[in-house]
Amino acid sequence: MPLITYRDALNQALREEMERDPDVFLMGEEVGVYQGAYKVSRGLLEAFGERRVLDTPIAELGFAGIGVGAAMVGLRPVIEFMTWNFALLAIDEVINSAAKMLYMSGGQMPIPIVFRGPGGAALQLGAQHSQAFESYYAHVPGLKVVAPATPHDAKGLLKTAIRDDNPVVFLEGEMLYNTKGEVPEGEYTIPLGQADVKREGGDVTIICHSKTVAPALKAADQLAEQLQISAEVVDLRSIRPLDVETILASVRKTNRCVIVEEGWPFCGVGAQVVHEIQHAAFDDLDAPIERLTGADVPMPYNKHLERAAKPGPEQVVAAVKRVTYLD
Amino acid sequence: MATKVVMEALSPTMEEGRLVKWLKHEGDAVDAGDVLAEVETDKAVMELPARGDGLLRKVLVPEGATVPVGQLVAVIAAKDEDISALVRDGAGAPAPAKAPAAGPASQAPAATTPRASPAPQPPPDATPGRVKASPLARRIARERGVDLAVVRGSGPGGRIIKRDLEGAAAVSAVPAPSATVAAFQDVPLTQIRKTIARRLVESLGPIPHFFLTVEIDMERAWDAREALNHLGEEPRISFNDIIVKVVAQALRQHRECNAWWQGDFIRYFGDVHLGMAVAVDQGLITPVIRYADQKSLRQIALETGDLSRRARERKLTPEEYTGSTFSVSNLGMLGIHEFTAVINPPEAGIVAVGGITQQPVVEDGAVTVRRRMRITMSCDHRVIDGATGARFLQTVKRMLENPLAMVW
Repeated sequence: MPLITYRDALNQALREEMERDPDVFLMGEEVGVYQGAYKVSRGLLEAFGERRVLDTPIAELGFAGIGVGAAMVGLRPVIEFMTWNFALLAIDEVINSAAKMLYMSGGQMPIPIVFRGPGGAALQLGAQHSQAFESYYAHVPGLKVVAPATPHDAKGLLKTAIRDDNPVVFLEGEMLYNTKGEVPEGEYTIPLGQADVKREGGDVTIICHSKTVAPALKAADQLAEQLQISAEVVDLRSIRPLDVETILASVRKTNRCVIVEEGWPFCGVGAQVVHEIQHAAFDDLDAPIERLTGADVPMPYNKHLERAAKPGPEQVVAAVKRVTYLD
Repeated sequence: MATKVVMEALSPTMEEGRLVKWLKHEGDAVDAGDVLAEVETDKAVMELPARGDGLLRKVLVPEGATVPVGQLVAVIAAKDEDISALVRDGAGAPAPAKAPAAGPASQAPAATTPRASPAPQPPPDATPGRVKASPLARRIARERGVDLAVVRGSGPGGRIIKRDLEGAAAVSAVPAPSATVAAFQDVPLTQIRKTIARRLVESLGPIPHFFLTVEIDMERAWDAREALNHLGEEPRISFNDIIVKVVAQALRQHRECNAWWQGDFIRYFGDVHLGMAVAVDQGLITPVIRYADQKSLRQIALETGDLSRRARERKLTPEEYTGSTFSVSNLGMLGIHEFTAVINPPEAGIVAVGGITQQPVVEDGAVTVRRRMRITMSCDHRVIDGATGARFLQTVKRMLENPLAMVW
C-alpha cells in the first residue's frame, strides 16, 4: 500500500471528488495559483480550471457566504480556510447560515458544503493562531464535525464529507500535513460518525482524536512495555455525529477511561464523551474518568510554556496510572 | 510518585497488626504485589503486599511492633524522590484511620473472647452505613451475591474496586466464598419469639444458653470406622470426621437449628457450613467445612485434616474461618468425658463432644459393657427451644447408633 502524506491524501480526495461530480468546486485564499498555503490543492487549478478552483480575496466572511449561497442553489462547495483561526471571521456564515438553512427552509434547502483547513496549535504561532475549534462547532445542531488523525482517514472522510448533504466542518492539522501513512490506491470512503480502534487493549480505554492520537499511541506503547498495561486507543475521527457505540463497547471491556484532546477543558469534547459514558456505562466504571486537555490559558508563545500547555504521552501515562489505581 | 505503605486490614476483624518480619529492606526494589512483610493479625500470619513500584525507601515500624490498621509503616518511592514530608507526617500524627479503628475495639473486644468465628463486620476504615465502591464493583457484587460490607477496599479512601472482588470471585468459584452467599431464608420474628428473646436475654445475659446432653452408644460407629480404616485407604477416618458428617447431615433435617440470630429476624440456612473448633497455640480458631452436609466422609476427612494443620500453622485465610452456620467442638481426644461449649455468635448452637469410654450399661435387665459417648448441645434459646434441640440430638444419636442411617 502506498505510503503518502496527509496533505497528499487530502489532495487525492479533492481530485477524485471533483472528477466524480462536476458540482464540486474549491474556493479559498491561495488555493489556485499558489496551490494552497499547505499545498493541499497542488495541481488542482491546472486540472480543473478557474471555474472550479477559485482564489479569493482575504475576506473569510465573504467567501464563506458565497459558498453557502452556491450550496443553496445546488453546487457542492469546498471552502478552504487558510487556518481555522481565520474562520472566526466567517463563523456567522457557518453557524447562522450553513447550519440552520435546512431547518429554517422547512427541509427545502440542504447545504452540502465542506469548510476545511488546519485547526489547533502548530509551533509557536502565538495565542491567536493556536486553538482547537472542535467543541465550538460540535456545539451547533446542523453541523457535522470531522477531525481525522491519519492520511488514510483524512482521504476517506473528506470524500464522504463532500458527498454529505449537510454542512461539514473538516478540521485538519498543520502538524499532521507532513505525516505519512498507508493509503489504499482504490476508491474508498469512511462513514462520518464511526470511530476507529487504533490499537486494541483490555485494561484501559484512551479516547482521542486528531493530533492527540499520536501521543495516545505512544503512551500505549510505554504502558505495555513498562507497566504491562494493555491500552485500547479509540480515535473518534468524527466529533459529531459521535460514535457512542464504539466508545461504550471499549469502556465496557476495560472499565477505565482516559480522554485526551487538544482543546481547552471547559465544555470540551471530552466533557461530552464523559457524559455519554457515565450515562450509558455507569455500572461498568471502576474508576472516575480522567480528562486531559490543553491548558486553560491562551496558548503561550514561549516554546517551553507551549509544550507544557499541550497534553503529551507522559500525561497520558500518568492519567492511565490514576484510573488503574497504580498511582 | 511515592506509595504509602499502611497497615492493611488483612482480616475482616483486624484492628491492629504486629509486624512479624520485613521481607524487603530499605533500598530494595519492589514491584506492586511483592510481599513486603509478614503481619500477624488477630487470626493468622498474613502477607502485606506492595501497592506500588519503586524502592522501599523508608521503613517506619520495627519488627515486633504492633500498629493500628491505617498507620503508615513504610514508603515506596523513586530513588531520588523527596519523601521527607510523607515520613514526617507518618511519624507525627497517627494516620487518620487510627481513630475509627480504635473505637470499635473498645466496644467489641473480639480478640479477647474465645469467639473463633466472628460474624462478618465492616472493615474498620469504612464510614458506617455507607460503603464506597466503584459502580463496577457494585455491579459485580450484586451479580455474585457478595456483601460489599465485608469487602475491604484498596482504592482511594477505602473505595472498593474491581480488583478487591477478584479474590471473592475466585473463592466463590470453589464452594461458597463466605456466609453471605450461602442460601438462606430470613423469617420475621413472631410475637411469641420476640417475647422469648427479650425475656431470656434479660434473665440470662447476652446469649441465653441452655444445654442438652445425650449419651450415645458407639459400638456400631466403632465397628464401622474400624472396617473403613481396615480397607487401608487414605485418609484414615477419625471419630471427629464421623461426628462432623452426622451433625451436618442431621442439621439438614433440622434446619431450625442451622440458623443465625440476627437481632430482629432469624436467618435459616439451606446449606450447612460447619465450624470445627481447633486448638492452636494462643487460643482456638474455627475453620469451616463448607457444604458439610453434601460431602462424603472421605472428603470431610481430607478437609478436616488440611484445615486443622493449617489452622495450627496459622495459615488460614479469613474466608476459611468465617461464615459457619453451626459448630462442633471435640475434646474427647483430651480425655474429657463431657463438657459444654460456648456458642459462636451469631450461630444458634454448638455441639460439645466428649470421649468414647467403655461403660457398664443395663441392657435387657443385665449389665453389659458398651462403648459410650456423651455429647452436649448448647442452644441459643432465642432461636432453638428445648424440644427443637432434643429432636435434633435424637437424629444425631440415631445416626451414630446406626451408621447406615447416614445414607438412608
